[in-house]
Amino acid sequence: MEPWRRSAAAFTAFCGPTILWLSVFFLIPLGIVWLYSFGENVSLTQIETTWTLKNYARILDEEILVLLWRSLWLALISTAICLLVGYPVALVIATSQPRWKPWLLLIVILPFWTNLLIRTYALLNILGTKGRLNESLKWLWVQADGALDWAGLGDLALLGDRFVPFKFLGTEAGVVIGLVYVALPFTVLPIYSSLERLDKSYLEASLDLGAGQLRTFFKVLLPLTMAGVVTAAIITFIPTLGSFLTPDLLGRGQVDMIANVIERQFKKGDDWPFGSALSLMLLYVTFIILALRSINDMRKSGGRA
Amino acid sequence: MNRPKRPLRPTRRNVLAGGAAAAGISLLPTKGFAAGKLNFYNWDTYIGETTLADFTEATGIEVQYDLFADNDELFAKLKNGNPGYDLIVPSSDYVERMIIAELLEELDHSKIGNVKNIEPVFMDAAFDPGRKFSLPYMWGTIGIGYRKSAIEGVPDSWKWLYDSDKYAGRIALLGDAQNVLGSALKYMGKSLNAWSDENLAAAEAMVIKQKPHITAFAPDNGQDLLLSGEVDMVMEWNGDIIQVMGEDDDLGFVVPKEGGLLWQDTLAIPKGGPNVDSAYAMIDFILGAEAGQKIAETINYATPNAAAKALTSETYQNHPAIFPSDEVLAVCESQKFPGQAVVQKIDAAWTRVKAAG
Repeated sequence: MEPWRRSAAAFTAFCGPTILWLSVFFLIPLGIVWLYSFGENVSLTQIETTWTLKNYARILDEEILVLLWRSLWLALISTAICLLVGYPVALVIATSQPRWKPWLLLIVILPFWTNLLIRTYALLNILGTKGRLNESLKWLWVQADGALDWAGLGDLALLGDRFVPFKFLGTEAGVVIGLVYVALPFTVLPIYSSLERLDKSYLEASLDLGAGQLRTFFKVLLPLTMAGVVTAAIITFIPTLGSFLTPDLLGRGQVDMIANVIERQFKKGDDWPFGSALSLMLLYVTFIILALRSINDMRKSGGRA
Repeated sequence: MNRPKRPLRPTRRNVLAGGAAAAGISLLPTKGFAAGKLNFYNWDTYIGETTLADFTEATGIEVQYDLFADNDELFAKLKNGNPGYDLIVPSSDYVERMIIAELLEELDHSKIGNVKNIEPVFMDAAFDPGRKFSLPYMWGTIGIGYRKSAIEGVPDSWKWLYDSDKYAGRIALLGDAQNVLGSALKYMGKSLNAWSDENLAAAEAMVIKQKPHITAFAPDNGQDLLLSGEVDMVMEWNGDIIQVMGEDDDLGFVVPKEGGLLWQDTLAIPKGGPNVDSAYAMIDFILGAEAGQKIAETINYATPNAAAKALTSETYQNHPAIFPSDEVLAVCESQKFPGQAVVQKIDAAWTRVKAAG
């Protein structure tokens, strides 16, 4: 049989729909956004592409840089937490008994079965000053305070006069909790798959030759699964950077990220060209990250060859 | 399946329709936007329970009812050509925006007998002089919703939200620039339409200074924050507070003495709609006494329809959050469209408020 790559008919049949789909629903709209980003509002309903650069120049305004920095910072922290939490989780799944694996993986994937908006509202319910988390902490506080009273230490008020609820909503901490919650499955899965593929005899060899558990982890396991960790970091970081819903709801308008500014340009702010320039800038950031990664990969494989 | 035979060389249109039918989707409108009907585009929960059915019964015109979430969505839908709506419900400044953008059909008042029911004060508007393009549907205010037991007296000044740390950490403002900065202008004794660079900068500085005391810039859930006890005072649309006042007696609403926004939602006919006559019929129907009464008492907003108001209950007519006092009304203003360049300046100021640490 002829290889499918040389058969024009087979190629069209297999790739045609995909290419059509991509161009109609992705490339063409993206092209329009690209043209808008060099445009100006000429009337309330019209945008003219004048190849002006002023929309891109406005990205350098102080307030935009501040919000960009905040977005990068929150995305970085969230990614770091995801990696710290996600790696052990992936390790547990990868080393568990085969009959448990599908179930453990299912737990990781389970949140995807519920809409993000609903999950975020659930978080609102948990994180509020009178939310479930604070109410539980309050209960613990009351028990502990009662115990101190019983021990005769009540007058010292060691735990304060009354329980002061933690403020999660409207703070960066609350937004990070939300971002981590949303992104965690994206971190666990690539790390898990790289752990799965790892030949376990490397670990046995390391332990047999006298390295301790910690040393085996840092010198053998981690380097061998680094590719998975990098993939996990990238696919956690990129969507987190562009998060809209999480800062919008959990941030209560106090912790806006760059996507919240972009949304406003297409609604209240009524400045589609500036909004387009901002969204494309996020896209460029993504490209740069991916490019750095492949340069790094090439260097590595070049070094080995 | 019984498919009609196709010509051997299909036209482009046939290919589109056929391909779409095969894929189980519809590119060409089938259900909505038909002629001889009415395609009504309104806000959610903003009509009487039986209004649409009553209208169909009275006129024989079927109604296709669609919902939008805010004026920006409405404007965005229409700005690149009317997709088929006959009757829309834009608010004050957006009416002006649409008039400038030539999106609205000029109204022929002689086709609407019930225009006579509208209170005379509403027959002119800064955003639509002479009411050539829009007729009033409902009106209301933005004010302060508060928890009576947690606040000293009645918080009848914007001061408590904008210029005081007395209730720090227990207050919320709205999430949109023009209203938040506009009310700051009112507090400073200026018109909420006075968007000079100097005024805008002063309003921005005031909100940034107050920001650490503010719990939330609530996009559309200020009333829920108040109801759940997360905050004790919110800047909100009167209708949203009325809603939660029904659930909790401890909640109150006041329009500050400095005055605030007097908003108005209107009935307007967008250009290019397929059923202009049906739209006129619906406007006339809604402005009728009975239909107007039913709508007003269902949604609990203030009606500009004198004949309808006369039929409503006393509870409705004397509700302090629906109808503010005349003194307060005298200092309230409706919002004008300041022009696209100024809208963008206001938004930039808002971004600086959001970026402030």
